Amino acid sequence: MEKITQYAKVIYILWLRQLKRYSRSRARMIGSLAQPVLFLVALGFGFGPIYQKAGGGNYIQFIAPGIIAMSIIFTAMFNGIEVIYDRQFGFLKETLVAPVPRWTIMLGRTFGGATVATLQGMVVFCIALLVGFRPESVLMLPVALVFMALIAFFFTAFGTAIASRMEDMQAFPLIINFLIMPLFFLSGALFPLNGLPKTVQTIIYANPLSYGVDGIRGALSTQMHFTFRLDFLVLLAFTALALALGSYLFSKIEV
Amino acid sequence: MNMIEVTHLGKKFDDITAVDDISFNVVKGEIFAFLGPNGAGKTTTIKMFTTLLQPTSGSILVNGFDPATQPNDVRRSFGIIFQDPSLDDELTAFENLEFHGVLYDVPKKIRRARINELLQLVELEKRRDDLVKEFSGGMKRRLEIARGLLHHPQIIFLDEPTLGLDPQTRNHLWNYIKDMNQKEGITVFFSTHYMEEADRMADRIAIIDNGEIVAEGTAQLLKEQTASATLEDAFLKLTGKAIREEGAKGIDKLRTMRHVWKR
Repeated sequence: MEKITQYAKVIYILWLRQLKRYSRSRARMIGSLAQPVLFLVALGFGFGPIYQKAGGGNYIQFIAPGIIAMSIIFTAMFNGIEVIYDRQFGFLKETLVAPVPRWTIMLGRTFGGATVATLQGMVVFCIALLVGFRPESVLMLPVALVFMALIAFFFTAFGTAIASRMEDMQAFPLIINFLIMPLFFLSGALFPLNGLPKTVQTIIYANPLSYGVDGIRGALSTQMHFTFRLDFLVLLAFTALALALGSYLFSKIEV
Repeated sequence: MNMIEVTHLGKKFDDITAVDDISFNVVKGEIFAFLGPNGAGKTTTIKMFTTLLQPTSGSILVNGFDPATQPNDVRRSFGIIFQDPSLDDELTAFENLEFHGVLYDVPKKIRRARINELLQLVELEKRRDDLVKEFSGGMKRRLEIARGLLHHPQIIFLDEPTLGLDPQTRNHLWNYIKDMNQKEGITVFFSTHYMEEADRMADRIAIIDNGEIVAEGTAQLLKEQTASATLEDAFLKLTGKAIREEGAKGIDKLRTMRHVWKR
């Protein structure tokens, strides 16, 4: 029991550290909103008329959940990748020599990063309201929040797993270009999943983000491709896998 | 009683031997200097003592515990000041110490009192709520020493603790270290580039070169053995090079290449 209490304290202090770092970096808070807002406004209004003519309805209603997911994955991955930053600037060593299992360190970092990413998603949700997005039911907001948190957890843990095997910040743009962008574009965030070529559809079905976007969209605008149950279970399984992989790779870090 | 026991310790990075079959002991309460030119294996050895690297061969006992099989017992026994800064610049001095105290499970009541005591010791009590990024190099070093002592370690590792600091700050730091060694009986294991520091502070010295221990004993003994007037001369005779040669040696370059390949 004593050990569990100590582990909980370690996870809490790492969570708190991430939140403090985030709250003290206004540039990061504002900067990370620029891209989602640009996508929301440019794509939402730019493709809106075409989407409506094609019989899809209001494009802002369709795209907003995808943009919320986008803001979460970028923030979450960045938080995961902070392992590289901490390695370069020495702070990682302080946590690696602490007398606690390394999985507690990894879990604390992931909780912190996921909380920050979820908060970021909530801010983008509020911005979406300002540009005309209207959730179908206020009662479904907690469901959307669950999917936002799951996406945040998955991508923070995924980022940590990747960062545990890397040593320099210069690799970060490569990760964005080769991993995050394809995952985002092939998740159904920007277009409906119906009527796609078989190969594209298969890739989308294998992409965990597709289930997260679908869950948020189902909760906020009732347009769903899968079911809540499937979305939740698939995303939960991927998150558990990423946490396990991240914990394993993090425990193997040598500095 | 030995605080550190090293027996035939070796570390290889692929086919590069960083530490080659070294053996020595550090007695409890001793101030022990570990000297060597760049790339000699000092930091690698300290990393093996502190569970950051696994040895390839041989064995280590720190406070009676094996870092390979009892890492958390070893980690509870030591405090460390790394060669490079390891504070979180976005946190305050107090928050950095609080963070460390929680990681080491120092109870809250004791923790707060200990943090205040240590901030006073390193003369940073008036800056406790300032962000570390606003601190000078010397202040950061002092804060790192306070952090290393927070959980009452039995041994403290200092890897080049005064590198890049001005003489006055170096002097202050060594006064703190000597003080805690005498008052708290903490064993001190340090590496340094400054020979006069080792000569003045260390009870015993080990010199490592190309991963091997080439000499061990008191400063006086090393000077006598090499018929040298100063420890710097003794070091030069034992290793064939001055300790302040800053150019990267072959092993450093190979390590760098290895890191690049790993990326």
